[in-house]
Amino acid sequence: MVAIEDLAAEHPEVVMLDADLSSCIGSSSFQKLYPERFFNCGIAEANMVGVAAGLSSMGLVPFAHSFGCFSSRRAYDQWFLSVGYAQQRVHLIGTDPGITAQLNGGTHMPFEDIALMREVPGIYVIEPSDAQSLYELTRQAYATGKSSYTRVPRKGATHRYPVGTKFELGKGIVLHEGSDLAIVATGEVMVNAATKAVETLEASGVHPMLIDLHTIKPLDTELLEKAAKQCGRMLVCENGRYAGGVGEGIAAHLARTCPTKMDFLNVGERYGEVGKLPYLAQAFGFTPERIVELAEGLLKN
Amino acid sequence: MLDAKTLGKLQDQALELRKMTIREIGHLGSGHIGGSMSIIELLTYLYYHEMRIDPSDPKKVDRDRLVCSKGHAGPAVYATLASKGYFPEDWLLTLNQGGTRLPSHCDMNKTPGVDFTTGSLGQGTSAAVGIALGQRLLKQDARTFLIVGDGESQEGQVWEAAETAAQWKLGNLIAFTDFNKLQLDGWTDDIVSMDDIDTRWLGFGWHVQRIPGHDFNQIAEAVERAKAVLDRPSMIILDTIKSKGFIPGEGICANHSMAFDSEAAEKAIAELEARTKGGKE
Repeated sequence: MVAIEDLAAEHPEVVMLDADLSSCIGSSSFQKLYPERFFNCGIAEANMVGVAAGLSSMGLVPFAHSFGCFSSRRAYDQWFLSVGYAQQRVHLIGTDPGITAQLNGGTHMPFEDIALMREVPGIYVIEPSDAQSLYELTRQAYATGKSSYTRVPRKGATHRYPVGTKFELGKGIVLHEGSDLAIVATGEVMVNAATKAVETLEASGVHPMLIDLHTIKPLDTELLEKAAKQCGRMLVCENGRYAGGVGEGIAAHLARTCPTKMDFLNVGERYGEVGKLPYLAQAFGFTPERIVELAEGLLKN
Repeated sequence: MLDAKTLGKLQDQALELRKMTIREIGHLGSGHIGGSMSIIELLTYLYYHEMRIDPSDPKKVDRDRLVCSKGHAGPAVYATLASKGYFPEDWLLTLNQGGTRLPSHCDMNKTPGVDFTTGSLGQGTSAAVGIALGQRLLKQDARTFLIVGDGESQEGQVWEAAETAAQWKLGNLIAFTDFNKLQLDGWTDDIVSMDDIDTRWLGFGWHVQRIPGHDFNQIAEAVERAKAVLDRPSMIILDTIKSKGFIPGEGICANHSMAFDSEAAEKAIAELEARTKGGKE
């Protein structure tokens, strides 16, 4: 929210919409700062996205928030047509991605928002892995003048990058250099797990490259090709679904440009379920141990 | 009440727009004639009498705006915009052809004068709420006009939009329901009835009027009353006849989209002119 509040201070055209979840993301603090520019649309996400599109056509720049499953699935036709097709500019935020929905359980656990949003031509899809990159990438997404969807947990953001770190929207960050295999991780849950997995692998004499792929659309094809060529093997980890997800997108690109032996960590065909983060990470295999296991499997072949 | 001269001019213009719309669809060979013809008086009134617009500056920031949420009435909107000079009238003969700037459903990025892209029913209502809200936020002395179909009002999004417009007291939003009682598959009453549409809008907190939708005097009076209501959005329910003025389609169920060629179009225009005896439909 700090990024949006700072943007609102600089740009009077920034407005904020929420769907009765303002206390969850903290957009209530925006409301306190700019009461005349905040609109709680109630529990009606399709209308919220449509209203945002109308505001955009007036030259205003709306940020709109709901939980990821409602921002994406529930309001998808409105997002696709009234915003995408109509060439409007809206910054949509989907909180509680994947297993971070925790105690809200399967009904509130979006895995497929990645695929849905990748399908909308001309927008940016972002999943920052910490608070600092969230701040910088939100500002950069604003500066593009295009629409964006940001997938972000609402609680307890990790502090990974120091203030002053340079980020570039559309360009992944190499967190660890290596040449045995490339581990591509998207989002806080997976970058955290992969960071620990890399330590374990290094201790056992394996040298993996680790990429924080914070921008899902467009893919950083230059970095991904370089990693594929350098390592020859790639493991893609996402807190989402395989179909239409980050891994499938990368595989489709590399199949054309640099065929690479790959494996994937995601929820596959499963629906979400209720539980706290450690339980869900175990249940879905989103753990450092599982990443190490998959990495070793890739290296054996 | 409109004075006789104004009324006569509006009636003449409506007849002209009907002829243009029939020719436009006839040239293509098929199209959404029914729901286009039922809103001709409304479009004529708004564009020729009410809206503060400048066809030479279609993107003028503080203009009144119109969202035709029943986007399939594009052919009628295009005839109106062409007649106002937003683009050359010969564009009408490109309706729905590959590469056209006049697609079946209204597209703000293709057609000068179209204020919002519509077609997926219900979506224009939320956009209109956003536009009216934006006008207020930007302190513009401007209104948003919205046209909703009666069949379209089966979409839940219409009512989501309605509740926020009332909550935000959007007195600058004036909406119309084209209550022509027919939808694609037949009579609305036989599918999902909208019979109590007035009380629905009233229940959602709107100022509601219901008038005969082809009567310019009634439209004028209703719009003036709506403009005087500042603390609520307004809905004017227009009792209309689907395909009004395209006589081969009047009174039949299957008039949502009809196939007819230019020859049939000219025959229908001759029939219409005979009925109006040279001016008054």
